[in-house]
Amino acid sequence: MAFLFKSKSKSEIERGLHRTKESFGEKIRSIFTKKINDPDFFDEMEETLIMADVGVETTLEIIEHFKAYIKDKNIKDGEGLKNLFKQSLQDMIPQVTFDYKENQLNVLFIVGVNGVGKTTTIGKLSHTLKNEGKKVMLAACDTFRAAAIDQLSVWADRAEVPIIKQQMGSDPGAVLHDAIDSAISKQIDILIVDTAGRFHNKANLMAEIEKLNRILNKKIESAHKETLLVLDACTGQNAYVQAESFHQSVQLDGIILTKLDSTAKGGIVIHIAHQLKLPVKFVGIGERITDLLPFNRDEYIDSIL
Amino acid sequence: MLDKITSRFEGIFKTLSRQNRLSEKNIQDGVREIKLALLEADVNYKVVKDFIKLVEEEALGEKVLKSISPTDQFIKVVHDKLVDIMGSHSDEIQLKKRGEISVILFVGLQGSGKTTTCAKLGNLLKVNQKVLLVSADTYRPAAKDQLKILAGQTGLGFFTEDHNDPIKICKNALKYAKDYEYHAIILDTAGRLQVDEPLMVELEKIKKITEPDEILFVSDAMAGQNVVDVVKSFDHRLNINGIILTKFDSDTRGGAALSIKKTTGKSIKFIGTGEKIENFEKFYPERVAGRILGKGDIISFVEKAQAAIDVEEAIKTQKKLLKSKFDLDDFLSQIQQLKKMGPLQSILDMLPIKGQMKDQSVDEKNLLHTEAIILSMTPKERKNFRIINGNRRRRISLGSGTTIQEVNRLLKQFESMQKMMQKVKKNPRFLQNMLGGMKGMNL
Repeated sequence: MAFLFKSKSKSEIERGLHRTKESFGEKIRSIFTKKINDPDFFDEMEETLIMADVGVETTLEIIEHFKAYIKDKNIKDGEGLKNLFKQSLQDMIPQVTFDYKENQLNVLFIVGVNGVGKTTTIGKLSHTLKNEGKKVMLAACDTFRAAAIDQLSVWADRAEVPIIKQQMGSDPGAVLHDAIDSAISKQIDILIVDTAGRFHNKANLMAEIEKLNRILNKKIESAHKETLLVLDACTGQNAYVQAESFHQSVQLDGIILTKLDSTAKGGIVIHIAHQLKLPVKFVGIGERITDLLPFNRDEYIDSIL
Repeated sequence: MLDKITSRFEGIFKTLSRQNRLSEKNIQDGVREIKLALLEADVNYKVVKDFIKLVEEEALGEKVLKSISPTDQFIKVVHDKLVDIMGSHSDEIQLKKRGEISVILFVGLQGSGKTTTCAKLGNLLKVNQKVLLVSADTYRPAAKDQLKILAGQTGLGFFTEDHNDPIKICKNALKYAKDYEYHAIILDTAGRLQVDEPLMVELEKIKKITEPDEILFVSDAMAGQNVVDVVKSFDHRLNINGIILTKFDSDTRGGAALSIKKTTGKSIKFIGTGEKIENFEKFYPERVAGRILGKGDIISFVEKAQAAIDVEEAIKTQKKLLKSKFDLDDFLSQIQQLKKMGPLQSILDMLPIKGQMKDQSVDEKNLLHTEAIILSMTPKERKNFRIINGNRRRRISLGSGTTIQEVNRLLKQFESMQKMMQKVKKNPRFLQNMLGGMKGMNL
């Protein structure tokens, strides 16, 4: 297993997480300084977790867990709980990155609902991977949204990687076929497939993505494929539902969480990790082409606690 | 849309309605369930707290507990409070009178759907305005192209310039609009984070230069707890006039819709309800409350139907129905009218029957196949389907690109439909019984 992406400097990772640290982290930390017998202790904790998009179900489970632990260990102050929280977060959130395989074709199949930042993320990914010395190619399978192909082409130019495309409205399956053939003959290391945004509750569009997935699985049996769902960190509990339904249709290998530099509190990471056991593999933290980082669990937990 | 929260509420009310009398405990349990349902729907935590307190106070009063149908009373309390938090009336956008140019400025985060929404609002306004779409998004690659394509598709004017100064583009757009006598211009700006100081300053400058009549914040309906802070900061900088919620057709549970008015004082003016340009509606708190509570949105349904159905055609069909001369041609025209109303799914969303059939996804293709099959028949066959023998069936299936089985199925369905109509004719009560499930609604 190769660990791609040169390690980023600490300050860059901190920049991406500083909002989480400011809003979510500060509140959580202040709660843990309180006495547990404070009647508002658990109410406040519930409020903070829910406001950070951790999700009702996961929040209630965490709090139940805390309550049982306190009883068991006879803990009186928040500080003791903090360690437990840290431990459970480490257990809950997996640390997995893109599992790049040398000397063969790797395919990144990028899916998601509309407006989460799929195309931009692909632009950033291709730039970074290219800088790592990999041969990258893009497949413009979003043939639906007006100017989506143009947008991806601009990113391909910026990152100086080849792109396989047809005109707007063409069959995304055909584009995918072309792209795979071309990637194989050009001995590409990583083919990144952009798809049209689609809502997980639209049956016909989900059928289309399943078809693309089948084409991939059939045509490139020998290649290493990862299906990544792009989620907008500003989305609330719906992000969980999106992950759940895409996981059902195309079997996800991980999540790319974008727009983490907004004021979003990032609690959705905990919710998805806990309920679906899916790892966050990359996070988007800004507008620049370099603003995509591998997700680092420990940095994330440190920013909260 | 709103399926998940609707089914949660339906479940809660169902449990309650099993009781003849509601005890305080029943109400408290119900209220707690509602609290969880709303939190899961991303409704702002503080809004939920206030809402729950109000509902509980009122529901525990004598009026609900002692009434003959306490559950109905309880639902009414919840409905009224939902409408309260969303704002009790719908807010219109305010444009200048004829002869002056109205300016609408779109702002919002990245990926909220501003560009698509520009075209949707323009399409709505073009009925009595000459509308110019302006792309001042100089950041996202191909954003200008996207708006240009959309303007072309909707037949609206389009303006942008080939440089990277959005303020200059807006300035020149005003002049262009004047020269070419446009009535309204819609300015599309790049998505930005409310914490991005230079970009927020840029918006302030655009505001100063263009003096917009309406500054609309475009937000994703699926936004999480965070949305309130975002709206507040945009409002603080720009003093926005209202909000457009996009992607309302996703399975959003309406968190943003329920939180924004109460926490920011700003009204939601429109909702985007689908990929197509026409999937765009005014926001009516009453109707959304109705949809959330599983009571459907009959008003929107009727409006859509009125817009799409040709009255004369409908009367003709009705007469034929009563004479039981309903033939395949009439069936075809019904299908075509149904299609005019928009995607079937969005029509079903408005009906209260939804609760019972929400898991059946509607297959639009069936409708198209049926249409194709009928179109492949000769006029004679359409008048009297009984003459359609094996040979004719084969020809029809070939002509419509379907299978013989599909043709058979359609003919069978049509036959049973005719039989049912006979029954209705003989006994009008039959229809009432059939629609019995629908009469419980009171909107």
